[in-house]
Amino acid sequence: MKPHPRTGRIVRLSETARPRVHFHLDGSPCEALAGDTVLTAVLSSSHHLRQSEFGPEGRAGFCLMGACQDCWIWQADGGRLRACSTPVMEGMQLLTEAPAGWPS
Amino acid sequence: MSSGAEKVVIVGAGPAGIRAAEMLVSAGIKPVVIDEGMKAGGQIYRRPPDGFTRSPQQLYGTEADKAVALHGRFDQMVAKGQVDYHPQSSVLACANRSLHALTPSGRREFGYDRLILATGATDRLAPVPGWQSPGVYSLGATQIALKAQGVALGRKIVLAGSGPLLTLVATQLLKAGAEIEAILDTSSLRTQMTGLPGMLARPGLVLRGMMMRAKLGRLYHAGVKILGIDADECGPVSIRWQDARGTLRKSDCDMVGIGWHLRAETQLAGLAGCQFDYDTGWAQWLPRTDRMGRAAERLYLAGDGLRILGADGAEVAGRLAAHACLSDMGLAAPDSSADLRRLRRYERFARGMARAFPWPAEMVRRTPDETVVCRCEGITAGQLRESVDYGGAEANRVKSLARVGMGRCQGRYCQLAGAELIAAKAGISVCDAGRLREQAPVRPAPIGAWVRDA
Ligand SMILES: Cc1cc2nc3c(=O)[nH]c(=O)nc-3n(C[C@H](O)[C@H](O)[C@H](O)COP(=O)(O)OP(=O)(O)OC[C@H]3O[C@@H](n4cnc5c(N)ncnc54)[C@H](O)[C@@H]3O)c2cc1C
Ligand code: FES
Repeated sequence: MKPHPRTGRIVRLSETARPRVHFHLDGSPCEALAGDTVLTAVLSSSHHLRQSEFGPEGRAGFCLMGACQDCWIWQADGGRLRACSTPVMEGMQLLTEAPAGWPS
Repeated sequence: MSSGAEKVVIVGAGPAGIRAAEMLVSAGIKPVVIDEGMKAGGQIYRRPPDGFTRSPQQLYGTEADKAVALHGRFDQMVAKGQVDYHPQSSVLACANRSLHALTPSGRREFGYDRLILATGATDRLAPVPGWQSPGVYSLGATQIALKAQGVALGRKIVLAGSGPLLTLVATQLLKAGAEIEAILDTSSLRTQMTGLPGMLARPGLVLRGMMMRAKLGRLYHAGVKILGIDADECGPVSIRWQDARGTLRKSDCDMVGIGWHLRAETQLAGLAGCQFDYDTGWAQWLPRTDRMGRAAERLYLAGDGLRILGADGAEVAGRLAAHACLSDMGLAAPDSSADLRRLRRYERFARGMARAFPWPAEMVRRTPDETVVCRCEGITAGQLRESVDYGGAEANRVKSLARVGMGRCQGRYCQLAGAELIAAKAGISVCDAGRLREQAPVRPAPIGAWVRDA
């Protein structure tokens, strides 16, 4: 898998005057806006949320309404979040792959 | 127990749930309202988080007044303590007159005497080669990203499928400044015309739809066959399709939104004891109720989770369900004959829509063997067909053998296509391929939440 391209897949079309929020994705510092979901925040600097457990492709969510569960993402402490319905918070540590030593 | 002390629980705070709550409140009842959203409103009237500044006009267009009225009414009932509202709470299971929910403060049970389910709908999906790649989303998701977050999910977008959302989402994206490469409708103009007589039950909506369509101009193509999405590890790079004249075409893109109208969200209704009938017009299993929405003793359904009549129909259905609930409790309720008339008109319109923008049965039946049908676990059409050979032509058997319908979306996005493939393989009708039985939890419960509160 290539390292994260610098830009993600998300294009911000409006509502860009919100305060900034800082988080880490795979250890690298990233920026988002207050009110972003974790999905919006992560996909602003990446093209996927994690690797699929069942195929070669990455996963980036599908329904954005809590129905498909395609959007979960790892946290550094081993917890997982449903990215489409969790607001991003200052200081979040998010991972696109399972934390080291964690059975994925 | 006196009827005044009966506990009524409503699941869902979209237009149906809100209007149901309103009618109960005006009869002096304080319902419990459980909803997954951060704010009440449901799908069409979804509200962005605090700190967003677009006006209702920008968010909801022609429907802004309705949105403002619904939000205002609900917020007012909450402020006055007339409803016991639980936002950001998912109902996961229903058994023995009790709902099991996951709330922000953990697991919680809600007992009820009467239950009104207003759980709405999800996109109705059909498998397209390559749809498992990251950057392929449902049409609804494409709209939610725009409405609730102010973002587009790609720089160069193709929208494909059929149904009212196709034209609507395209219009909304263009207005917001997104770049759309193509809008591909699998329904031909001729098929769309066959729905027109029914749709004319609501001429204003037809006119609005035609005006939107006209503005899409040459981006819009009807009668298209979708052949596949090509992707690299970042997501889609192009979509291959055949136009109405049979010419092979390719559109470059980095995001694809797909969907074929809507599918009623009926998992909780099934767990609560509702019966289902296969509806050929809607090409899906729908709950069996009377005209008011009575599904079983003490169980009422309303909104898109019962019949996909759209937002106005959901408001009417919400009132009717509450009406049924009140009269079953022996309480007076206002006359509902005008609402029943409205419901009939909305139904004629909705049936026309279903006819104009049909489920792509033929396309699904021809799904290539190597195409993924279950996005959750990467199970292909070939694997599903094979399981029919050795396991038999029944949806629940195929689920246990090939795991189609067993993944984390719990069959929401594969079961209609799965049934179509089973039926085609066995030469039976889709209805005879059976319906997947619901299983709790209807949303995967994070194990931590259950253990913490156990
Ligand atoms: C993604 C999407 C976009 C749509 N966009 C439009 C549009 O732009 N214009 C239009 O006319 N129609 C649109 N529709 C159709 C429109 O949503 C409906 O006609 C209308 O909103 C139906 O109202 P409802 O009250 O039945 O359901 P909804 O408005 O869908 O509300 C249902 C509510 O129930 C909640 N819920 C569901 N399951 C659970 C559970 N297990 N636990 C707790 N809460 C639960 C949901 O979170 C939601 O808030 C859309 C539908 C979808 C799925
Ligand atoms: S994208 Fe479907 S649940 Fe989050």
